[in-house]
Amino acid sequence: MNSFWFIMAAVGLLTFLTRLSFILLQDRWQPPALVTRGLRFVPVAVLTAIFIPEILLVENQISFSLSNLRLLAGIIAILVAYKTKSALWTIAVGMGAFWLLTWLL
Amino acid sequence: MGVRGELPILLGVTPFGMIYGVLALSAGLTPLQSQLMSSIVFAGSSQFMLVQLINLGTPALIMIATGFVINLRHALYSLSVAPYLQHLSPLWKVLLSYLLTDEAYAVGIMRLQHPEEGEYKHWYLLGAGIALWSCWQLSTAAGIFLGAQVPPGWGLDFTLALTFIALAVPAINDTPALLAALVAGITSILTRDLPYKLNLIAAAVAGITIGLWSDKE
Repeated sequence: MNSFWFIMAAVGLLTFLTRLSFILLQDRWQPPALVTRGLRFVPVAVLTAIFIPEILLVENQISFSLSNLRLLAGIIAILVAYKTKSALWTIAVGMGAFWLLTWLL
Repeated sequence: MGVRGELPILLGVTPFGMIYGVLALSAGLTPLQSQLMSSIVFAGSSQFMLVQLINLGTPALIMIATGFVINLRHALYSLSVAPYLQHLSPLWKVLLSYLLTDEAYAVGIMRLQHPEEGEYKHWYLLGAGIALWSCWQLSTAAGIFLGAQVPPGWGLDFTLALTFIALAVPAINDTPALLAALVAGITSILTRDLPYKLNLIAAAVAGITIGLWSDKE
């Protein structure tokens, strides 16, 4: 566990430098117009890429089964997010649906 | 203002921070180590991965490489917010970079991209970042404190998926954005067996490409 602090320092520093990278570079390097236009898709692309596997995979296999409660509750949450655009409602209703389905099925 | 924008998200982040705290202890970390990882690394997904790797006794270099690559997507966030922070002092840039997590970025960028002119929009990003940082530290501490009393059967880790749904879906405001999301989601699934969560990078590139392609007037 002696290497623990070394690993923490290294990962912490690398993560920080990753986050700092383009913010600092901006003064010397302007990204081409195509890149700038593509940036507006960063949030939707990355966020969707993170949550889709969370609701669609069961033990690393795609599951469209009704027994995949995360998918069912996830679809409900997507509908709530689309209708209300409220993070609070999305998380609250999604979690409520998940617990209700767990209890029912 | 940024704090208020971030508040609903904290509802989803808190259980996740607590679960991290519990897992870190069960992987054999001391409470201090578990807590400081949340301050030093401050990136949920890589913290979860690191805790698992510690459990497996993974060599240090592999762990560092893994943590680094998992967080590579933050370079996209950096590129994305950079134009709005150009006028700021180096200290501001350093501070906002440290706070640039998935959730703070997702909330902050919506405001930054808002067409209204504003010299002070970066305060919004700062507020969102500080709110998330405080929440992450406190929920980690709560997880460490409660330990095994957090019941695994509650499926609390599902709140992470819900958080990202809450952030992603309202950001889909036209057809190119919808296509970008769909393609990113599908790519992320198809490439899920890539190491180091590189599927997220593959998905981002595929999603952005299709978004650009469908966006030309």
